[in-house]
Amino acid sequence: MTTVASFSVEYIQYLSPNGTLTGETIPPIAKDFETIKSLYKTMVMTRVFDAKAISLQRTGKLGTYASSLGHEAVHVGIGSAMKYEDVFAPAYREYGVQFIRGVKMSEVLLYWGGDERGSNFSGPPHDFAWCVPIATQNTHAAGAALSFKLRKQPRCTVSVIGDGGSSKGDFLEAINAASAFKLPMVFVIINNGWAISVPREKQSSGETLAQKGIAGGLPSLQVDGNDLLAVHHEVKKALERARNGEGATVIEAITYRLGDHTTADDASRYRPDEEVENAKRFEPVLRLRQYLMDNNQWSVQQENKLMEDCAIKVEAAVKEYQSASKLPVSDMFDYMFAELPHDLQEQRAFALALEEENS
Amino acid sequence: MANIAMVEAVSLALSHELEHDKDVVILGEDVGINGGVFRATSGLAQKFGENRVIDTPLAEAMIAGMTVGLATQGMKPVAEAQFLGFIFPMFEQIVCHAARMRNRTRGRLTCPLVIRAPFGGGIHAPEHHSESIESMFAHTPGIRVVIPSSPSRAYGLLLAAIRDPDPVLFLEPKRIYRLVKEEVVNDGEELPLDMCFELREGNDITLVTWGSMVKETLEAADALAKQDISAEVIDVATVSPIDHDTIAESVKKTGRCVIIQEAPKHCSVGSEIAATLAENSLYSLMAPVKRVAGYDVIMPLFKLEKKYMPTVGRILKAVNEVMEVS
Repeated sequence: MTTVASFSVEYIQYLSPNGTLTGETIPPIAKDFETIKSLYKTMVMTRVFDAKAISLQRTGKLGTYASSLGHEAVHVGIGSAMKYEDVFAPAYREYGVQFIRGVKMSEVLLYWGGDERGSNFSGPPHDFAWCVPIATQNTHAAGAALSFKLRKQPRCTVSVIGDGGSSKGDFLEAINAASAFKLPMVFVIINNGWAISVPREKQSSGETLAQKGIAGGLPSLQVDGNDLLAVHHEVKKALERARNGEGATVIEAITYRLGDHTTADDASRYRPDEEVENAKRFEPVLRLRQYLMDNNQWSVQQENKLMEDCAIKVEAAVKEYQSASKLPVSDMFDYMFAELPHDLQEQRAFALALEEENS
Repeated sequence: MANIAMVEAVSLALSHELEHDKDVVILGEDVGINGGVFRATSGLAQKFGENRVIDTPLAEAMIAGMTVGLATQGMKPVAEAQFLGFIFPMFEQIVCHAARMRNRTRGRLTCPLVIRAPFGGGIHAPEHHSESIESMFAHTPGIRVVIPSSPSRAYGLLLAAIRDPDPVLFLEPKRIYRLVKEEVVNDGEELPLDMCFELREGNDITLVTWGSMVKETLEAADALAKQDISAEVIDVATVSPIDHDTIAESVKKTGRCVIIQEAPKHCSVGSEIAATLAENSLYSLMAPVKRVAGYDVIMPLFKLEKKYMPTVGRILKAVNEVMEVS
């Protein structure tokens, strides 16, 4: 027998759950405290926003909402590693990435409030909107990456799926295409342990999800998704490789979904409380705060001030969301095509006349 | 200027756009050096290089998804689905993303893409190679469905489809790919989408059709002329959205209508045309509208496919029934 190929999957963690640096390798960001503080603030803001969005839904002021609780490090880590000209292809809960890229909190609320204007957001105009059909955004990201390669632009795409998404053909077809075309892109699998009620071990008996990338011919690794330093550093490295023409990377970020799948879900039906309680010991925000405090970079006063700031900003976002202008009925017709075909013009006129009649 | 067949006209239009618009790229399975299984992209990879005419891995959902991704970033991809019967893995990307991207983002991202697919029966092909499923896509808001029926219309409509700022499904009736040749001037002149083409003027009955059935319908019109029945023949061409006005105008003149399609009858483009005539043109009609269609069965393998497809005889039978109503 001859071994024709052999593989291994690395696991990268720089910041341990108790906030101390692990191992000998220390990434540059670990000593860039100004950047870390700024990212920490975004992580906290994301969490405060998330709690507010859930309470808006509970009080009937928002539609179904997908919480990002527990994903703050992986989201902010991805967002901070990307450049503006790169393209982000989200699933539907990666607000931390999007806030860093300029999407407004009020726009996220608009989207979950049933208003398409939320997807015409203030983030980079080339970024994809939220993508509900699982993993289908992976091939969009591959297509965008191919456009950069063909046009010789130094840009990359990053697409995000969950552990459930890694079971889909769209993901596997996209990593295969990224490998075949050597595309400038990064795939992140945010493995939060649960695809609604189905646990990670039921998605695949493979030891890692990252190894699916290896099958496609891509360098693939695992990172601690609750470690901002690891996510930021590894995504940045993968983006640099992509930008240098060295192709795509698959990163499986291990985190935990501390909340329900969405506000329409009740995780207590299928998930023991003890598991959630245990996962809180590894959660990302506390860990980073501890690291900052241990390095005398953060104080209780600063924390209190940050919480006040976040509350004010989130309240302002809610106000902005709630004061959005009423959608005219014509809006559902006006973005179907560049020019409205004849039959739709008739239907639009009918709908407007009906509104007039009923008002 | 040489006479060319419809498949060559497709190739000519692709070549024209590759030459004149640097954002146009072609992608699909076997579209490169092999020039496509029907040779619709013959010679293009050699002429424009493999960065413009791109052979992809064999994964239809990926081809459609990457086409969406390319289009959102300002390119004008023209993807080939090798046969319409293999488009189902692409279905999600077409319906859930290509058709919705502009609306989803209020126009921030758009999808100026074309997906071409040869379709229809009559060439003795294996299973999944012969179906006519245009109505599945015609039912989907946000995409255009265009079906050429001659070399010149294939050339002009494909140019228009590629230049259109929204997604177009361009279905090529492969039975007539090489049936007739005509002169096509490679002048880059497009033909209008969303419009019917009147192929033959007549006063007694309107025959509405598209795609490969244009052939049988024109033959039926010739036969009817010998019976002193003057048939107007309309090629719908864009089956979504449908140019109902032209059809209604014709029916106003003739008072009778038969719709001919290769696709199954149930919930079809023909059903939509008939329903619209019932809604808007009832008082122009002197007889019920009739549909001559494929049966509502699984497209048979080729031993029976000729029995499935509407024939000139079936068209004449329907026309004579409609003409008998006074």
